[in-house]
Amino acid sequence: MGTATTIGVALAAQKPDSALGGDRLYLAYEAREVVHDLTIRIPTGRITVIVGANACGKSTLLRALARLLKPRSGTVYLDGTDIHRLPTKEIATKVGILPQSPTAPEGLTVADLVARGRYPHQRWFQQWSREDEAAVDEAMRLTRLEALAGRPVDELSGGQRQRAWIAMALAQGTSTLLLDEPTTYLDMAHQVEVLDLLADLNTRRGRTVVLVLHDLNQACRYAHHLVASPRDASRPRVLRARS
Amino acid sequence: MTQLLVDALESDRPVRRTAFVVRLNRPGVSARFDRRSVLVSLGLLVVIVAALVAGVSIGVFPIPLSDVVPGILGVGSDDATFIVQNLRLPRALTGLMVGAAFGLSGAIFQTLARNPLASPDIIGVTAGASLAAVAAIVLAGASTGAIAGAAFAGGLGATLAVYALAYRRGVTGYRMVLVGVGLTAVGSSLTSWLLTKANLYDAQEAAIWLTGSLNNQGWEHVVPVGLALAVLIPATALLAPHLRCLQLGDDTAHGLGVKVETYRLSLLAAGVALASMATASAGPVAFVALIGPQIAKRLCRASGIALVPAALTGAALVLIADLIGRQLFAPTTLPVGVITAVVGAPFLLWLLAQANRSGREG
Repeated sequence: MGTATTIGVALAAQKPDSALGGDRLYLAYEAREVVHDLTIRIPTGRITVIVGANACGKSTLLRALARLLKPRSGTVYLDGTDIHRLPTKEIATKVGILPQSPTAPEGLTVADLVARGRYPHQRWFQQWSREDEAAVDEAMRLTRLEALAGRPVDELSGGQRQRAWIAMALAQGTSTLLLDEPTTYLDMAHQVEVLDLLADLNTRRGRTVVLVLHDLNQACRYAHHLVASPRDASRPRVLRARS
Repeated sequence: MTQLLVDALESDRPVRRTAFVVRLNRPGVSARFDRRSVLVSLGLLVVIVAALVAGVSIGVFPIPLSDVVPGILGVGSDDATFIVQNLRLPRALTGLMVGAAFGLSGAIFQTLARNPLASPDIIGVTAGASLAAVAAIVLAGASTGAIAGAAFAGGLGATLAVYALAYRRGVTGYRMVLVGVGLTAVGSSLTSWLLTKANLYDAQEAAIWLTGSLNNQGWEHVVPVGLALAVLIPATALLAPHLRCLQLGDDTAHGLGVKVETYRLSLLAAGVALASMATASAGPVAFVALIGPQIAKRLCRASGIALVPAALTGAALVLIADLIGRQLFAPTTLPVGVITAVVGAPFLLWLLAQANRSGREG
């Protein structure tokens, strides 16, 4: 991603709050630098979609925003503070991340997977409070998983499984949700099902959603903000945001 | 879309609740227990008590069941009290605690690696602990405490060696298991070689360090594993909620706010210590750490991890295997490790075949 890459330009006049963002980010895996001097703001209460060619650093950017990857230089900030200076458990109450194609341990039921999302709100002696139970129930209701609560995750269809993981992230109760290619390996119907669910969470619950997507059509259809990165990071493109 | 509709229609059914929930409002304390796991654990406790009593009662000099408790309390006849307190009770307690330690350690390792084969007895932890213990005895004439320390160092060394040798941009379960199997072979060969240099009075003592045995185990063998369990069971209990999240993969766990590296290292240290201390007391009893957690998981139909049932299953396995070993060719006593190996080897083959069929790497 290039030097002049700025995101969410069209909304500057509306001054959207941005709780999460990155300032002059340089992101690298070992020797390979994949993101080069990127400044990004994630508009609160909107759907932001990151698109781009393979290996252009989409997932890298998402991982950095979720503090899974430490920038080589530059800062990811959350509510105005460097995210790497915040306690990781505190971040987990504000930002949820669903990595690319996560795998559940064999035999883990949907209900138990979703309950794992309550970890940041729990303490050793406080493992299943009324709030935990209510949040898990609501997450399962929103993702329409009640009937599947007792089923092992590894026996579900691809779309159901992805919904179960999204439910886990919802139970976490964060205002911002980051998802890395949540539609990969799903057929078209299930892709739309997952994206509709996320759009619904955004409009009805006001969640900030950040997605990495492969498909440009889907990106344009669901995004309020589109972050596009060119294959050649040395030649930045001006981005257009739709709102 | 159809799927959504179907699910919506089905969603009138109540959510299946099979858990006991415990809540106190002040102070705020809450916990949830899977009902089936609780029942299975109670059942396993009954089996353990029965096996313990049988182990104390049965033998060349049978102790009637009615004399077992008086014998343990030291208020029975002198003969019975002597046999129970000095011979059979320490043996049975060693078996119980060694089994529990192996079962718990196996559950920790298998959960962390997300691979049933990544058990301390397969990847060389117990072989390393055993080798170090024998080296301490043969080369330095070490005391019980020093043997336990050496065993822990050996188990830790073996774990680090497996990790370093299997490392290639991260560690996959498959490579770790293969390297571990190799290290186990090296460890037991070196142990055999050391034993040939030792002045052992009987083959029984050698059997302890090669296959695991409870023969001639006295109170001095109860102590190391007992102390280890007294520290490590509470430690593991404290770490269990983090283990539940680590099970979902590093990125997910990190995203949930788990200090991934800290807790993984702590859990690994606890698992190594449990397996090493058990080895220091009764040798590398084969396959208990592998099959204990697997049997427990199937008994509980556990969703996730079942640490308590795994420990209890391990204890029951060792106690029952020792009973069989004592009775099968009585008065000749087979080492407990021989019996667990006979039961465990087919189970290992079955696990391998299953992993192969489902296309997952070992």
